Amino acid sequence: MSVADALVDAADDGIDFDGLTVEPYRDAYRFQTPDEDAVVTLEELREHADSPYATNWHYWERDVGGHDTARRAFLRWLEGGDGLSVPERYDALEGGHTRHWGELAVTAVLGRDGQRRYEVRHEDDVGEDVDAYTDPLEARELVKHDDDGRYRPLSTAPSLPHGWAFVDLDGGDLVETVEYVYPATVANWHRERAGDLDVDHWEDAAGRQTGIYGVVSELPDEALEWAAEACCVDSQCLKRREWDRNGDEELDVPRGDGEFPCREPCSLLVAAARKFTTLEREETREYTFELTPEEKEQVEDIVDAVADGRTDEIREADVYEGANRYRARFLRAKRMDDHGNLSGTPTYPEDHDEDEADDDHH
Amino acid sequence: MQALVIVGHGSHLNPGSSEPAYAHADTIRESGAFDEVREAFWKEEPSFRNVLRTLESDEVYVVPLFISEGYFTEQVIPRELRLDDFDPEDWESDGTDADHVTLDAGDVEKTIHYCGPVGTHDSMSDVIVQRAKSVTGRDEFGDDFGLAVVGHGTERNENSAKAIYYHADRIRDMGTFGEVQAVFMDEDPEVDDVTDFFETEDIVVVPLFVSDGFHTQEDIPEDMGLTDDYRTGYDVPSEVDGHRIWYSGAVGTEPLVADVVLERAEDAGAPVGDAVEAVRERTGGADAAAGD
Repeated sequence: MSVADALVDAADDGIDFDGLTVEPYRDAYRFQTPDEDAVVTLEELREHADSPYATNWHYWERDVGGHDTARRAFLRWLEGGDGLSVPERYDALEGGHTRHWGELAVTAVLGRDGQRRYEVRHEDDVGEDVDAYTDPLEARELVKHDDDGRYRPLSTAPSLPHGWAFVDLDGGDLVETVEYVYPATVANWHRERAGDLDVDHWEDAAGRQTGIYGVVSELPDEALEWAAEACCVDSQCLKRREWDRNGDEELDVPRGDGEFPCREPCSLLVAAARKFTTLEREETREYTFELTPEEKEQVEDIVDAVADGRTDEIREADVYEGANRYRARFLRAKRMDDHGNLSGTPTYPEDHDEDEADDDHH
Repeated sequence: MQALVIVGHGSHLNPGSSEPAYAHADTIRESGAFDEVREAFWKEEPSFRNVLRTLESDEVYVVPLFISEGYFTEQVIPRELRLDDFDPEDWESDGTDADHVTLDAGDVEKTIHYCGPVGTHDSMSDVIVQRAKSVTGRDEFGDDFGLAVVGHGTERNENSAKAIYYHADRIRDMGTFGEVQAVFMDEDPEVDDVTDFFETEDIVVVPLFVSDGFHTQEDIPEDMGLTDDYRTGYDVPSEVDGHRIWYSGAVGTEPLVADVVLERAEDAGAPVGDAVEAVRERTGGADAAAGD
């Protein structure tokens, strides 16, 4: 149905949307916007079909629909909020209005008759010539591996691959694409904006685990902080952590600045916590190692490089980096015995048999 | 509006684990039977926990892409979907009869039709036969061919073996193969000795697993002696102890599984029109339907 037909069709019931008012008035109709106030016949109402207020109404109420849905809220949010008038929004949309969602740049562009078309790509690829896609389903495979070909088990890890764009999408396909890149983020963001995000704190989430994950509720308090620092900060996950230990005890770890919330510990954190829980059951021991000061710092450099995911960045010949491969191999050659024991010190001296490596514990 | 949600295990380590769920979802999308079709996973996203809220539909059919009834279908999935009133007794199943139950979910205003797993649906027998056809390139088998249906075994769940025997018995009754035998990775009769259980020279071996991974690509080929090292691959068919073994890989990757998913939803009351026929046509199962 054209905008003109839709206006006529809706006139008797009246319209009140984004600054546009249409209502029966005496024997005619009143067409009112912040810029215009006219009393018109039904036929004359058609002549207002090219008003931005009319096409805007038509797009949102006839094309998008879905009042109270996350889909509609997200599409509205893309246009920069309700503070702007329709002509102001149209000005911004003419050349494309872009907002960021995780590592995505989502651009809305004004089309004919107030239609919006959407485009989504990696935010680093804005302005770049990349492969174009139009079927949201293709996003599943595209974002499954990072730029280095490694599987991404956590969709909101900041490792979104580059080199693609979904173009010329309608609103439904845009939201579907975003949801394949960052599943359920739109729905939970929408709930949070409505003030009813149902957060499950660690103790609730851990408490409902069964089977091999039943042990995670035994994760010590301090270790939960370390686990969140390890897995949940912005460098690892773009969701903003809204859960804590419980409703009264917050974690000290920064929640992150992401647009969309994390409403409960995810399966990846629970699986990691299972390992952390068993690791934390071990008592500390005293070992004696001989290291030079530089070697001690090198061990620290290696832990840092692995923890920060920087090992690939350290150049082959950059022997000034402690986590450089040649440096690490030199340290191993010097300080580790044939069984991989640092300084030849067995991990479990009590069961150590001098003739045999203690491989059981490796 | 009505939605279909295919719930699968997924993996933090194996990127291929979710592929069957995606493939079957796409087939059903194309049939147009549902306004929304969504995949959800225990180990991937959207999680079971978050999937229902991503739907706009108010009628939702949830079909587990799992092989047997047990821990996942009776505990994990209902718990994570917040189907608080679910009671496995409502399925009135002895291990292979779970059909469907209609419930509310704690976090959404929707009606949830929670279905039994694809692995125990009668039509899965057709998929196993179809899988055998796919791997051999034959339309018929006759007395010269044997079929081994491979299951994981009883490690954690006795229903796991029940599903295997259930389909092996059904396919034996169809008379499609000269011999049909259920074998297992973790219990007798073991897949290692598969050639001991058959008189027929040709044996088609179909593992009743959802997706290809460690078990179907590494363990089973090595256990059967198709290869000493899975990395070097194996022939189809391979000669072992005077038999020709036609090893098919996971049955869950067979396109016809989409039909089983759809039938699960239809059994639960989803009006799917002629989608079942369309999907069977598309996935090579039209003959299987006619043969039933």
